[in-house]
Amino acid sequence: MPGVAERLEAKHKGGLSARRIEYGENDDPAEVCYERGWTDGLPVTPPTDERVLRMLKGTTRSPGEVIGRMPPYLAECTIEKIAINAVMAGCKPEYMPVLLAAVEAALDPLFTLHGVLATTYFSGPIIIVNGPVAKRIGMNSGINALGQGNRANATIGRALNLIVRNVGGGRPGEADRATLGAPSKYTLCFAEDESDPAWEPLSVARGFAPGASTVTLFQGHGPEAFVDQKSRTPEGLTRSLASVLVKLGHPRLVQSARAIVVLSPEHYAIYRQASWDRGRIERALYEATIRPGAELVAGLDGIGEGVPASRASEQVPKFHEDGLMVVRAGGPAGLFSGILPGWLAGRNRLELQPVTREIKA
Amino acid sequence: MSNWMRDPTAETTAVKRPRVAPPKSLDGITVALFEIGKTRSDEFLDQVERRLNERGVKTKRYAKPTNAKVAPVEVMQRVATEAGAVVIGLSD
Repeated sequence: MPGVAERLEAKHKGGLSARRIEYGENDDPAEVCYERGWTDGLPVTPPTDERVLRMLKGTTRSPGEVIGRMPPYLAECTIEKIAINAVMAGCKPEYMPVLLAAVEAALDPLFTLHGVLATTYFSGPIIIVNGPVAKRIGMNSGINALGQGNRANATIGRALNLIVRNVGGGRPGEADRATLGAPSKYTLCFAEDESDPAWEPLSVARGFAPGASTVTLFQGHGPEAFVDQKSRTPEGLTRSLASVLVKLGHPRLVQSARAIVVLSPEHYAIYRQASWDRGRIERALYEATIRPGAELVAGLDGIGEGVPASRASEQVPKFHEDGLMVVRAGGPAGLFSGILPGWLAGRNRLELQPVTREIKA
Repeated sequence: MSNWMRDPTAETTAVKRPRVAPPKSLDGITVALFEIGKTRSDEFLDQVERRLNERGVKTKRYAKPTNAKVAPVEVMQRVATEAGAVVIGLSD
């Protein structure tokens, strides 16, 4: 019978130190979780001892190890608390190494998790998984990769957000001040399609060895749609993509954000046929999103938004020089790609960056 | 019979601290003008500073290095030590 080992372990060995929350036999444990404010609005799996002990089997790290202090209230975050929230989110134990790497990446000061949570903007943590672990745990990089239906994609991203809520205390209307938020704040986690050996995976581009499994965390939301069913050259497709990228947030907002382009297989095929690699695509997109300042000046056409008139003679980039990341994902049919716009707070390129961590046990 | 789950929170207890009573008057105290790092908050605080100085109120400027992160403890401690009131300049 599944769970016998954990039941016996819970009964005779124990080993958990989190506070016990009792409920009566006539109480619905899922409702108890709601009443205590532990959920993101969707039901959670009640974190019983058996389930938490089973989740902890997914890592060799000690339950009592403190992984860091979780914003916004800088509470100590232990492996056990992560496992409890992973149970609630619906994770399987084998997702734990990915989730632990994601939590570590989120706690890197460069990720600025406090700000991502507290901002009035739409952003939340987006997780991209690279390497063999993605296949091992059954992650989706194909059809509907940014959508619903895959347990690992859905629950790893959800677990990170539940940890911020429950351990860090980051709740909407309290420290989370988002004006509108975004559905991606429930979860937005997917794997990169690494099926083409000619393609340099995101992890390698970010300095990790080929074959390493990594998580990359990005402050953003989305996706926003990019549709071009008629361009057939890499130059044309680049200009086409750029025409949508420059509109993110507002066409006249510049140099304050990054973005991820989730390149679908059919769009990628146009670049691949012309032997364009990641570096060339990202560089070309950056250059194609530089515009004359004269077109961006505040007040033009009666629109208040824009750059000061003093910049009218400049050539103004939309993004930071390293602000565009291309990630391959998606189903085989459809000349559509996705754009994940970044948090607008990154006026200083160095203060706020995506963070990549290797996934270990 | 009862059942239990494990607490997913940090199990910290909120401590309610009484708010510092606002000063009855600005006479003799220094007002901190705290810029949070957003664009044009300096313009806003320039105006506030001018108006306060016209009324004979002493002011002192402070700043966060960036709006994306919380203020460094050292800056908050300086404000608490050197000023009797603070105006935080939110702007964009």
